[in-house]
Amino acid sequence: MWLWFHKLSSPPYAYRLATLLRPWFFWLAMALMLFAAYGGLVLAPPDYQQKDAFRIIYVHAPAAIMSLQVYVVMAIAAAVGIIWRIKLAHAVAAACAPVGAAFTVVALATGSIYGKPMWGTWWEWDPRITTELIQLFLYLGYMALRASFDDTQRADRASAILAIVGVVNVPIVKYSVVWWNSLHQAPTISKIGKPAIVLSMAWPLYTMLLGFMLYFAAVLCDRVRSEILRRERNAAWLTETVKTS
Amino acid sequence: MQTSGLGALVRLVIARDVRLAARHWDQVFQPLIFFAIITTLFPLAISPALDELRRIAPGVLWVAAMLASLLALESLFRPDVEDGTMEQWVLSGQPLSLLLLAKVVTHWLLTGLPLVLMSPFVGTALGMPQSVWPTLMATLALGTGSLSMLGGVGAALTVSVRRGSVLLALLVLPLEMPVLIFGARAVDLAMHGESVAGPLNLLAALLLFFVSLGPFAMAAAMRVSVES
Repeated sequence: MWLWFHKLSSPPYAYRLATLLRPWFFWLAMALMLFAAYGGLVLAPPDYQQKDAFRIIYVHAPAAIMSLQVYVVMAIAAAVGIIWRIKLAHAVAAACAPVGAAFTVVALATGSIYGKPMWGTWWEWDPRITTELIQLFLYLGYMALRASFDDTQRADRASAILAIVGVVNVPIVKYSVVWWNSLHQAPTISKIGKPAIVLSMAWPLYTMLLGFMLYFAAVLCDRVRSEILRRERNAAWLTETVKTS
Repeated sequence: MQTSGLGALVRLVIARDVRLAARHWDQVFQPLIFFAIITTLFPLAISPALDELRRIAPGVLWVAAMLASLLALESLFRPDVEDGTMEQWVLSGQPLSLLLLAKVVTHWLLTGLPLVLMSPFVGTALGMPQSVWPTLMATLALGTGSLSMLGGVGAALTVSVRRGSVLLALLVLPLEMPVLIFGARAVDLAMHGESVAGPLNLLAALLLFFVSLGPFAMAAAMRVSVES
């Protein structure tokens, strides 16, 4: 039963799997994102209060959700690497960090652009925005710690500890709008039960989120392949593959 | 007096650290003087009017306490790692998490506690009324405890990094932000005469959380840093 788990920890197998899966993830992601963009920009009706300005939410909300999701993936990969001592898990964690940081920047930037017409200000020290900013600092700190070690193994283990310690911020960001009375909108799509958003506006959001997730998977495939190339550069299987390709 | 067991272990570590600090009193005072200097910068930069300073006093005190504790973290693990003591501790077979917890407790006694005792005087200099002193000292006592624990984790991660002081700040400050938020808010509420039970309880909860899980993270990080 654990065979698939241990197969995945083998760099040649993972490299071949990533090469195989990447085009599927990427093109499916592109199709979904285009479809969702069309749905969000053209098909969804204008909001009665915010008119057409709300449409940026189709980029803002998925990016923000991804910024948290990528951190959780990173923390899980780091934990797998530390517990089972699988080097490839550390490679996955290292590959996730810049992507997560990019999603966080996109979430903050689109949120800022959204905030100007809605709240009249480019920035507010609202709990959700502040904790999302802390999330960005956590990503940057992770990348800085990783870069400060010359030895890959020590860099892996130290940054894994940091990733696991930092995961405590993820629920704080998620529940910040529930715990504090804030300027930011309360949760509308994650409530159990009847959603507070009408279907014609909701489906492009879900589709765009799925597209972002598949895009992340595609980018992760590419980045993990690069990590494998860098870490296994002296391995026999790699020199053989390079010779024959 | 019991000469074996975990209690004796903790007592030995604390006694050693206090004795070492007693030989370098100047190093103990430096973060405290830094605390006073930082708080002095704000009246110079913003306004000498006590009315204006009073409004920002909780935040200024808290930020200055965070920066001072960050400075003091340099001397937490580095001397022991550099002279090989930490390596012996890792190899000793004793619970490393307990040893490091004892070190952090001593560090708090030598840095955090003096900050707590200094804070009423520095707060008065920024226009804080006397009625706020109990809340100020309680929140800083709980908060500096959390800062020492989180700082210990960060210090254990960066102790073997060359010129790792800025990296330490980068790693530890984002994690400390919740402590800052609740601590400054509690003092602010006290200045307006409102109940501080909420933030104070949350600060206590954070401290318990960090003290219960922090030592294990510190021990894991120290093992990574010390191995060559």
